[in-house]
Amino acid sequence: MKTIQNIGITLFIIGLAIFTALPFLGTFKLNQTTFDELITSQGIKSEVFIQDLKNTFVDKEFTGIQALAPIVKGVIDNANEVHDKNKEWGKKVYAGSGDMATAIRKASAYGFIPENKGLLWLLTFGLGIIGSLMFIIPQVVTLGKKGIKNDHIYHQSSTNRGWIAWLVFIFLVSFYLVLYFKAEYAVNWTFLVDPISESLSGNPAGQWFVYGFMYCVVMTVMAIRMYIKYRHNVYQMVRTTSVLFFQIVFAFLIPEIMVRLQLSYSKGYDFKNAFPLDYDFFFSWNLKELIASGGLGMFILVWGIVLTLVIVPVMVYFFGKRWYCSWVCGCGGLAETLGDPYRQHSSKSLFSWKIERWLIHGVLVFAVVMTGFTLYGFFAETGTVLGIKVQSIMNTYSFLIGAIFAGVIGTGFYPIFGNRVWCRFGCPLAAYLGFVQRFKSRFRITTNGGQCISCGNCSTYCEQGIDVRAYAQKGENIVRSSCVGCGICSAVCPRGVLKLENGPEEGRINPTEILLGNDVDLMTLVNKK
Amino acid sequence: MEHIVIIGNGIAGVTAARHIRKLSDKKITIISAESDYFFSRTALMYVYMGHMKFEHTQPYENWFWKKNRIDLVKGFVEKVAHEQKKLFLKDGTTITYDQLIIATGSKPNKFGWPGQDLKGVQGLYHKQDLELLEKNAPNNKVCKRAVIVGGGLIGIEMAEMLRTREIPVTFLVREKSFWNGVLPSGESEMINEHILDHHIDLRLDTNLEEIIADENGHAKAIRTDKGDIIECTVVGLTAGVTPNINFLKDSGIELGRGVKVNRFLETNIPNIYAIGDCAEQHEAIGNRRPIEAVWYTGRMMGETLAQTICNNKTEYNPGHWFNSAKFFDIEYQTYGWVFSERSKKETELHFHWRHSKENICITIAYDAATKEFLGINTFGIRMRHEIFDRWLTAKKDVFYVMEYLKDANFDPEFYKSYENEIVVKFNSEFGTQIQPRKKSWKRIFSKA
Ligand SMILES: Cc1cc2nc3c(=O)[nH]c(=O)nc-3n(C[C@H](O)[C@H](O)[C@H](O)COP(=O)(O)OP(=O)(O)OC[C@H]3O[C@@H](n4cnc5c(N)ncnc54)[C@H](O)[C@@H]3O)c2cc1C
Ligand code: SF4
Ligand code: SF4
Repeated sequence: MKTIQNIGITLFIIGLAIFTALPFLGTFKLNQTTFDELITSQGIKSEVFIQDLKNTFVDKEFTGIQALAPIVKGVIDNANEVHDKNKEWGKKVYAGSGDMATAIRKASAYGFIPENKGLLWLLTFGLGIIGSLMFIIPQVVTLGKKGIKNDHIYHQSSTNRGWIAWLVFIFLVSFYLVLYFKAEYAVNWTFLVDPISESLSGNPAGQWFVYGFMYCVVMTVMAIRMYIKYRHNVYQMVRTTSVLFFQIVFAFLIPEIMVRLQLSYSKGYDFKNAFPLDYDFFFSWNLKELIASGGLGMFILVWGIVLTLVIVPVMVYFFGKRWYCSWVCGCGGLAETLGDPYRQHSSKSLFSWKIERWLIHGVLVFAVVMTGFTLYGFFAETGTVLGIKVQSIMNTYSFLIGAIFAGVIGTGFYPIFGNRVWCRFGCPLAAYLGFVQRFKSRFRITTNGGQCISCGNCSTYCEQGIDVRAYAQKGENIVRSSCVGCGICSAVCPRGVLKLENGPEEGRINPTEILLGNDVDLMTLVNKK
Repeated sequence: MEHIVIIGNGIAGVTAARHIRKLSDKKITIISAESDYFFSRTALMYVYMGHMKFEHTQPYENWFWKKNRIDLVKGFVEKVAHEQKKLFLKDGTTITYDQLIIATGSKPNKFGWPGQDLKGVQGLYHKQDLELLEKNAPNNKVCKRAVIVGGGLIGIEMAEMLRTREIPVTFLVREKSFWNGVLPSGESEMINEHILDHHIDLRLDTNLEEIIADENGHAKAIRTDKGDIIECTVVGLTAGVTPNINFLKDSGIELGRGVKVNRFLETNIPNIYAIGDCAEQHEAIGNRRPIEAVWYTGRMMGETLAQTICNNKTEYNPGHWFNSAKFFDIEYQTYGWVFSERSKKETELHFHWRHSKENICITIAYDAATKEFLGINTFGIRMRHEIFDRWLTAKKDVFYVMEYLKDANFDPEFYKSYENEIVVKFNSEFGTQIQPRKKSWKRIFSKA
């Protein structure tokens, strides 16, 4: 078993190494025809720009690691300067240099990488999947009898913030940085999944397709790990299946298929992604597009609003926010699969809880105010509201919250700060659901009378940093806005103290001083006070 | 300001301190020799197994004590001079008190076995024992085999701990079946099987005769009363605990096995009380033992004594008995009294159900004549404390319990439930036609 696992690790590392090396490899050369196509597809009218770009790129060789974006930027700036001077506003180039550089690369790669997409897929994704499964599946045997198996979590470098954890951290953070800010380096990765993308949507893959595909692969592999680790716990099995289903079908397949069908609403739409997590839903370009795309667009518009205003809170009333955060949501899905080995790193201190409340509610306010601005701008048909450029608010949010917080920090920091950094500190939807869960819901975690022995397993493994024990040892139910109902506290409790359940609202919050088991008069005496 | 001094920062002492603070403004000092801050002894095993770090076993953050004005003193009390209301600490300092609470807990039993003080021989009670075990048995290279002596809850925990490091374990159990002084035979039998499933060399009906030393004064083998010699490098002594009260000899405080207390938890000396593992009731309360060495009772005594100290003189009056434990992968809970064959009265009868494949079973005790429900042991099914507490108070009969058993289920959602099977077996044994009722939130949450 150990040998199989070791081979697995080796294969996985080889796959990962090749994947990591890809951005540094390959050669790029733009020929005249592709260049012309590119220019037309980008709708560029500036001759200065075209001429300049042609001189710089056509029939020249570039390597993988050579940064094209700054060169493109130079060309754009130069052209725009000329047009500014000549007052030729119509000719100005608005394309982003990063996007342009990415497009150039995608069109101009040649040689081994784009010619051997299938082989390279096998050497990266293929090896990664096979390797990790070879590591994970033997756990059916190595973990021993079914039950809670957290042995050695604090002895291992990977799960105890050791050097492996730091390497994973660096890898994840770099990966997200490339994805969000240096997409031209992701071009070689897009070739790997081109065939898949083409078979789904009919289009070649972009970096977001790589990400979406990887997301599904990682979640599936790590879901298998969940199934094995928690095989005695049906709640965990059902929940894992649910998040996996919603990720693959709703977040990945349906949007791609929508594109393939060339529906009136040209982009794909993730029907489960509720505003304000889906923060650009009410951005004016999206509203315009929705309204312009007839029946389907209107349906999505109405659906999006009903989802946030009716479906989400009503479901939270009945089931707690878990129905979304740990049964449906994609961010939650990754956290509950890839992130599960890191759940113990969330800080349980009161101090962190204070930061959490400021941050998450701050983001919610930010999202709501921003949406107010965009909606006002949309209806008043203006780009400036109260003297502030709406676009710059949107850009700030997209950059700070959408990219840095949700992506780089949210996932990159898994190995160090735990798997729910974004969900706990940043997600505006979670903040909104949290209000409903705290003040108007049937959900609670019931504490089983006086059975708690204060061992601390529940708190340690709560990914949301809730000090579950603090309630359990007082015999108090846990009713916290941040609880995502992952059910792990209940699973790890060695004394059967915790149960997630939906019941009558009355008696849901039950402050106690004296626990069950002590003299009944004393209990009523003290607890009534 | 009145000064309350508490010796021992375990669950009993700390609960007392917290409640006294809630009820009053008295000056509170807790003295302990073991650790800077209160931690959960029950969680020591998880630290060795790598589920948690030691800091995770501490239920309160370090600022908690200062904020609640509970002074912590690290030191060992060597002598209590009650005439002067003074404590003498090992480091030479003294502390005076107005009221003294003794909450010094237990220490592992040693029955005078030859070799019991050799290197490599240890108990598992204090934080220091955990550190010692980490030294004695870091892995299966250093510790080639461990022998655990004493088949109780701590013994089986120690076995589980050592197995996580793949250390071969021999488990000597005096009884003919594991813990059968407490558990009825069906359950005890199931645990025997489970122990073997975990690759433990379980030796039932076997006593330790002697621990044999090597030339360095380190344990190298043990000899059993069957004459077997078992080579080992670590010997775990887990044959129960006794109150940790040696320092009170000649203090004038009345001692038995523990510190003798009345129902108000008062000792024979005014203003001195004892709670937790170290307290011994003059007369056992109900079916309880005079010394109750469990977590929950320590906490309850702390809650009660705080009332008395804060001028609301209150008897220690525990409600229905309950407890829980975990045997490797099998969770166990008990509510009310279920006695083993060895200790039960003739009027107590049992209904037992065991799953055909899984490690799941229950035993329900009832009175032969009145059919009153006396208690339940449940393995592999979680049950609701409040429901059983209520049924015991209302003296429901066993038929009622069967009919409403679904209300008591506390397993996580989506778990398979076994009430129907259980009731079918019950019906066939009793010739009854009980139909289990659907679970009802209304009943569960009605405040009876
Ligand atoms: C490994 C293990 C697992 C357990 N699991 C469970 C369980 O699952 N369920 C359950 O109900 N119970 C369990 N118990 C028993 C439970 O932990 C004890 O009943 C409980 O901790 C007793 O609490 P206490 O406050 O009375 O004493 P303790 O927790 O023993 O605290 C007493 C403190 O006083 C200190 N002290 C003693 N003498 C002096 C002195 N002279 N000067 C200064 N300080 C002194 C000691 O060092 C100690 O720190 C377990 C015990 C162990 C060891
Ligand atoms: S409290 Fe429990 S269910 Fe809620 S997030 Fe924490 S571990 Fe999950
Ligand atoms: S895991 Fe269970 S017993 Fe341990 S502190 Fe949490 S609720 Fe209490």
